[in-house]
Amino acid sequence: MSKEWPLWEIFIRGQHGLSHRHVGSLHAPDAEMAIKNARDVYTRRNEGVSIWVVEANNISASSPSEKGPLYEPSESKIYRHPTFFDIPDEVGHM
Amino acid sequence: MAPVDKEMLTQFLLRMGDNTLILGHRVSEWCGHAPVLEEDIALANTALDLIGQTQFWLGYAAEVMGDGKTADDVAFLRDAWDFRNLLLLELPNGDFGQTLMRQFLFDAYQSILLPRLMKSSDQRIAEVAEKASKEVAYHVERSAETVVGLGDGTEESHKRMQAALDRLWPYVGEMFASDEVDAAMATAGIAPDPATLREEYDALVGKVLSEATLTVPDSDFAHKGGRTGATHTEHLGHLLTQMQWLQRAYPGATW
Repeated sequence: MSKEWPLWEIFIRGQHGLSHRHVGSLHAPDAEMAIKNARDVYTRRNEGVSIWVVEANNISASSPSEKGPLYEPSESKIYRHPTFFDIPDEVGHM
Repeated sequence: MAPVDKEMLTQFLLRMGDNTLILGHRVSEWCGHAPVLEEDIALANTALDLIGQTQFWLGYAAEVMGDGKTADDVAFLRDAWDFRNLLLLELPNGDFGQTLMRQFLFDAYQSILLPRLMKSSDQRIAEVAEKASKEVAYHVERSAETVVGLGDGTEESHKRMQAALDRLWPYVGEMFASDEVDAAMATAGIAPDPATLREEYDALVGKVLSEATLTVPDSDFAHKGGRTGATHTEHLGHLLTQMQWLQRAYPGATW
């Protein structure tokens, strides 16, 4: 058994209506303590109304070495941006 | 509010404020020394909460004392024999386990006392208690969970937590040793007689300690003399030399 506490990724909702945002990571023995530690480390200055914690090894991440096949094809597809419509002036700022 | 002797009220407020001041200072000694970063920050937060509560209690005590005194005067310009904190809180921190065991034993007491103080006939005390009780609800949850985690942890952590409990248990009884100050507060409806809190305290503490697989020492012996100021331990003076050093060396210094 490892003697180190597992790493947890911390997500905080700043205010009602916003999404939870990744704010950093910390170590804790279990999920409940991870929430408590997140409360103490990341919400001391009134930053949040909700905390999510996810054990870091439960997160699957894309591989940087695959960035070619993953992202480059979309670079040349400008027609996917909705910038080719004429917006009537009356619509105002969108 | 029923009329109450000013000296008695002062003593009560000093007991409340000195408890949080002295424990707050002790806990702050961990700043930069805790075993992991997360606990370091959590302990610093707890210490700051306690010092925050102190400002209210000692601020009110200073007002009742009169003479234009402030919370700072009361905290920094009294000597050891004027302090009214529980002996438990002035003891040196010991290891991390002992620090957390003491924190739990005190948090449990506060978590039972403060909800009663929210119904105090003294509006000011009721308001302070209401604010502090939210912080204390978190403190006790955290310290109880840590006591369970370490008590029911490894062989080493269990051994240390049992040693901490054996060391600190004789200092628990003082919380409930009522005297004429408590009687005056109870009569005026300001605060409950602490002796009436014991049953609830034993139930709460017993539940957590049994979950932590720890054995409560089979002894009612209680060291006393902190909340009356009659016999502090030798440790309080040493603590004060650190805490009060600046105001003693540079009287009236501000920044």
